[in-house]
Amino acid sequence: MYETSYSRAKDASDAAKKMRAADDGKFLAGGMTLLPTMKQRLAAPSDLIDVTQIKDIDDINVTRKEVTIGAGATHAAVASHAKLMKVCPSICSLASHIGDPAVRHRGTIGGSIANNDPAADYPAAMIALDATIVTNKRKIRAEKFFTGMFETALKDDEMIKAVTFTAPKSGAYAKFPNPASRYAMAGVFVADHGKKDIRVGVTGASSDGVYRANDMEKAMGGKLSSEALDGCEVDEGAMLSDIHGSAAYRANLVKVMAKRAVDAAAG
Amino acid sequence: MAKVEITVNGRATSAEVEDRTLLVDYLRENRNLTGTHVGCDTSQCGACVVHVDGKAVKSCTMLAVQASGSDVQTIEGLAGDDQLHPMQEAFRNNHGLQCGFCTPGMIMTAVDMVNRLGPKLDEKTIRAELEGNICRCTGYHNIVKSIAEGAKQMGKGMKKAAE
Amino acid sequence: MGIEGIGARVLRKEDKRFITGKGRYTDDHKVAGMHYAAFVRSPHAHAKIKKINIKDASKMSGVVGIFNGKELTGDGIGNIICGWMIHSKDGSPMNMGAWSALATEYVRYVGDAVAVVIAETQAEATAAAEAVDVDYKVLKAVINPEEAMADKAPQLHPEAANNIIYDWEIGEEAATDAAIAGAANVVEMEIHNNRLVPNPMEPRSALAQYDAAEDHFTLHTTSQNPHVARLVLSAFYQVAPENKLRVIAPDVGGGFGSKIYIYPEEIVCLWAAKKAGVEAVKWTSDRSEAFLTDAHGRDHVSKATMGFDENNKIVGFKVDTIANLGAYMSLFSSSVPTYLYATLLSGQYNIQNIHCNVRTVYTNTAPVDAYRGAGRPEATYLVERMMETAARQLGVDPAELRRANFVTEFPHQTPVIMCYDAGDYGASMDAAMEAVDYAGFEKRRKKSAKKGMLRGIGMSCYIEACGIAPSAAVGSLGAGVGLWESAEVRVNPVGTVEILTGSHSHGQGHETTFGQLVSDRFGLPSENIQVVHGDTDKVQFGMGTYGSRSGAVGMSAIEKALDKVEAKAKKIAAHMLEASEGDIEIKDGEVSVKGTDKKLLWHEVCLGAYTGHNLPEGMEPGLKEGAFYDPTNFTFPAGCYICEVEVDPNTGTTTIEKFVAADDFGKIINPMIVEGQVHGGLAQGIGQALMENAVYDESGQLLSASYMDYTMPRADDLPSFDVSTTETACPGNPLGIKGCGEAGAIGSPPAVINAITNAIGHNNLSMPASPQNVWAAIKAGE
Repeated sequence: MYETSYSRAKDASDAAKKMRAADDGKFLAGGMTLLPTMKQRLAAPSDLIDVTQIKDIDDINVTRKEVTIGAGATHAAVASHAKLMKVCPSICSLASHIGDPAVRHRGTIGGSIANNDPAADYPAAMIALDATIVTNKRKIRAEKFFTGMFETALKDDEMIKAVTFTAPKSGAYAKFPNPASRYAMAGVFVADHGKKDIRVGVTGASSDGVYRANDMEKAMGGKLSSEALDGCEVDEGAMLSDIHGSAAYRANLVKVMAKRAVDAAAG
Repeated sequence: MAKVEITVNGRATSAEVEDRTLLVDYLRENRNLTGTHVGCDTSQCGACVVHVDGKAVKSCTMLAVQASGSDVQTIEGLAGDDQLHPMQEAFRNNHGLQCGFCTPGMIMTAVDMVNRLGPKLDEKTIRAELEGNICRCTGYHNIVKSIAEGAKQMGKGMKKAAE
Repeated sequence: MGIEGIGARVLRKEDKRFITGKGRYTDDHKVAGMHYAAFVRSPHAHAKIKKINIKDASKMSGVVGIFNGKELTGDGIGNIICGWMIHSKDGSPMNMGAWSALATEYVRYVGDAVAVVIAETQAEATAAAEAVDVDYKVLKAVINPEEAMADKAPQLHPEAANNIIYDWEIGEEAATDAAIAGAANVVEMEIHNNRLVPNPMEPRSALAQYDAAEDHFTLHTTSQNPHVARLVLSAFYQVAPENKLRVIAPDVGGGFGSKIYIYPEEIVCLWAAKKAGVEAVKWTSDRSEAFLTDAHGRDHVSKATMGFDENNKIVGFKVDTIANLGAYMSLFSSSVPTYLYATLLSGQYNIQNIHCNVRTVYTNTAPVDAYRGAGRPEATYLVERMMETAARQLGVDPAELRRANFVTEFPHQTPVIMCYDAGDYGASMDAAMEAVDYAGFEKRRKKSAKKGMLRGIGMSCYIEACGIAPSAAVGSLGAGVGLWESAEVRVNPVGTVEILTGSHSHGQGHETTFGQLVSDRFGLPSENIQVVHGDTDKVQFGMGTYGSRSGAVGMSAIEKALDKVEAKAKKIAAHMLEASEGDIEIKDGEVSVKGTDKKLLWHEVCLGAYTGHNLPEGMEPGLKEGAFYDPTNFTFPAGCYICEVEVDPNTGTTTIEKFVAADDFGKIINPMIVEGQVHGGLAQGIGQALMENAVYDESGQLLSASYMDYTMPRADDLPSFDVSTTETACPGNPLGIKGCGEAGAIGSPPAVINAITNAIGHNNLSMPASPQNVWAAIKAGE
């Protein structure tokens, strides 16, 4: 790891201030991606601004169907939050399958979303849940937030404070993990918001990162039906290809996972 | 450089370290607690698992400064003065280790597993919970057995303590 | 701890330190004046080194020295050698290219070491290594061994035209061809054996200390055979003469073959410590370096043809194999695809005609050498996939086809050198078939089909040769060393016993099992017995641990030394008790005269040996004996493995529903440890079959270079195993031991693949049967 300078932010404005003062700073949350990248000398931020000590940053709030998850909430916290489990079990289930137990104790929802790894799980959920990403500057709808592989709408000194969404009527996430890394090779989050509004978020598979599967949504026409997806063709040309999965295989997985998620959401 | 103050195995420790110092290096190099191992550089093998404020974490993926102010428990701090922890006993009784390199991380993960999920653990749960710990010697067969038995023994201990 | 002898499930003595975090592995050692090494490695698979610029790096903080390959060879450090001479079928010796511990002119694989930086801290060494500026002329690389043999392929070493190291054969070609030509049925297959990275969880590490006043070196290293390390470091690499070099292999976190070899880093750390004028240099591999530079395993492609007569008896077996040895010839690399492989092509079957041709090839990839099983998994995979495919082609039950061809009379001389001494292959098969409920499979298959899943069952009957190996025999086949083992048994005046052994334990539990021999013989409690290993200053000599040799060879040496100790103790006791030597019995810690109440306690006899007050006339005092044991034959563990899988046709995911292993290891000293060895071997074999794969791209970059891309078997990939043993004693050694360390890795891959091909309904599937590959195979079969 290259040398770096660590500091803890007291609050969001302190974090932004520290970031502006840094040459090439990075916000540090759980560090589950950033620190391994730094260990491999693939990233060399001059400053690490630890945002996990900010008051209330890890709060999870559920009021009726309205959910707010603080950016610093760990995957373990999301996975085991009793109230959240009641209104939106699918997000808890997703969180409970990110990484391994030790990773879930440190990794946070804010860190995952800000990094927008094309194989991360949360981005698919954010898209399908039509979540809003709340930063220290503004609110951004998920679809506008994720702008491409490892790319987001975040400005340099902008940090995520929380994500908010309305719990759907039902939802489910189906993931096919990469056999080696266990990251998603295809992960599909399906959320039925009622009033014929079903949203499908897909992660892991596309060379553009997370995306909304409009064709699948259209094919279902507002009704959770895995048979309705039979006719959907996933575009191989848009899929990632590597030693674990060719584009054709990934395209197949997207469809299989979508059908499984739809079936699970339909209960 | 940063000053870190970490309670390690119940003892207050402090040192001036580089900001980039990983918790595992602090433990191994500064505190000479070499039971915590490093088996990979991608945060996957789990040989470095310790407990920070009671939760299993990978000490290779946490800076020592991040842990400043925290309580850290390592494999060296698990046993009592002259008594092994029931999970340690269970690993020995069930031949849950061969070369011993992954063992400290396995045991720390196992104890955390029981702390979170309770003493009744079925095989499927144990195997799923071991996703972040790689062993190359045992084929996991006896590790799974060890954890199931260790959990049971921990449960008896918990029950006793509650009485 | 009590008195627990041969056959008891004794809990391991060594565990106490490992479960409390007190194990002491190489990297745990710290010494005064310790500096750190970081290697400058080639990012290219093939290139000429034009210039190494160290100007900036040498000025960096903490740097005490930066050294390159020309300085290394200039100081007389010798090239790394392969210790087993193979001759091509035309009689010419193998074409070994030069391998310098630091490259001098060319780099030949990604990770090839070019220079070393010695600095005060690890961070400083790493930073300076990154700042060393190497100017390369990049050359075209060749990765595929078949392409490497082509006329216009890039040449790696001037010594090896067309990159061919040797073109070797075994068996009678004409007779085999004739037998196959006359066969009623012929089965043909092309079979790949995937490339693997051994991945012991402890990465390699070396701590070299140099005492300038004594001109003496001490090396702590992650080795399976510290004496062999010292031998080659002295005799071939000229680092220091043996009397000036102590090698210690302390606790070692797994090896699986990959820690047999003496690697460039160990040589360089020793040499650089002296050169830089520092007291000590430590290097510890990170996992990424391990993937690039640890010797890999397997990587064969073979064409195989097997002929059957009208009664389904095998009449001939012909194999043509190309083995990829990587960029350099590692220590045992030449023996793996020849004498450790082709000599086992008869499997458990009576085959009169076998011919195998093997070409080994240099490519721009990491060196390939022995990995758990070494050659025998390759042979087993070939034979057992052929048998399964043949059964399907011939329309007979795979178990019955095998049974009809089993060797049933012993000794049995195969046409490929090996003479099987004992076995009962039908017994293992019966045990496995019963354990798996072979008869109930069809019912289970239907149940799976109802869920939309494909169920399959596959079998593998393996045989291996271990107890490596009779020295004269391997010498005649080209081995550079003898493969005996030595032991010393030291009885202390108070009656406690130390066993010094040349075997090395890195997970096998020798501290426990070796002690059981003493417990058994003298009735001593295990806490009175200590096993000493892994230090050339303490143990006189040894050949180390690999090839499942520590039981059959290492323990036999101990047994021989114990015979001598027992004989002397009886002489002393007879003298002290005024009895006849032949009437003395040693049991339960007592030494008594048969049929009388005259007796001494064991420690009284031991003390008597050391006081020397009352010894038989002319007897030397003391009670310490050594022995060298050289085996008379290989041993032949064998068994039957059956795997049952469920395949999800939508994703190609394979789930192992049942895995049954029935092994014949001969006499078993500690069943608990033997079962553990089988479990671990199975996991590695299943890993090879289902997921593990070292993949290079065309330019020679390793794509599977971390756990992000190299699929290690994890707990949820595997089932619990059903293991059992049957026993035919091995006539070749005093304990009747065959060995158990590699069986699981040897026998399991074909069982898994045979199960999957059974499930998907055709035989066209290569390892690893990853979800993607199985899905594609299902598609291809539709």
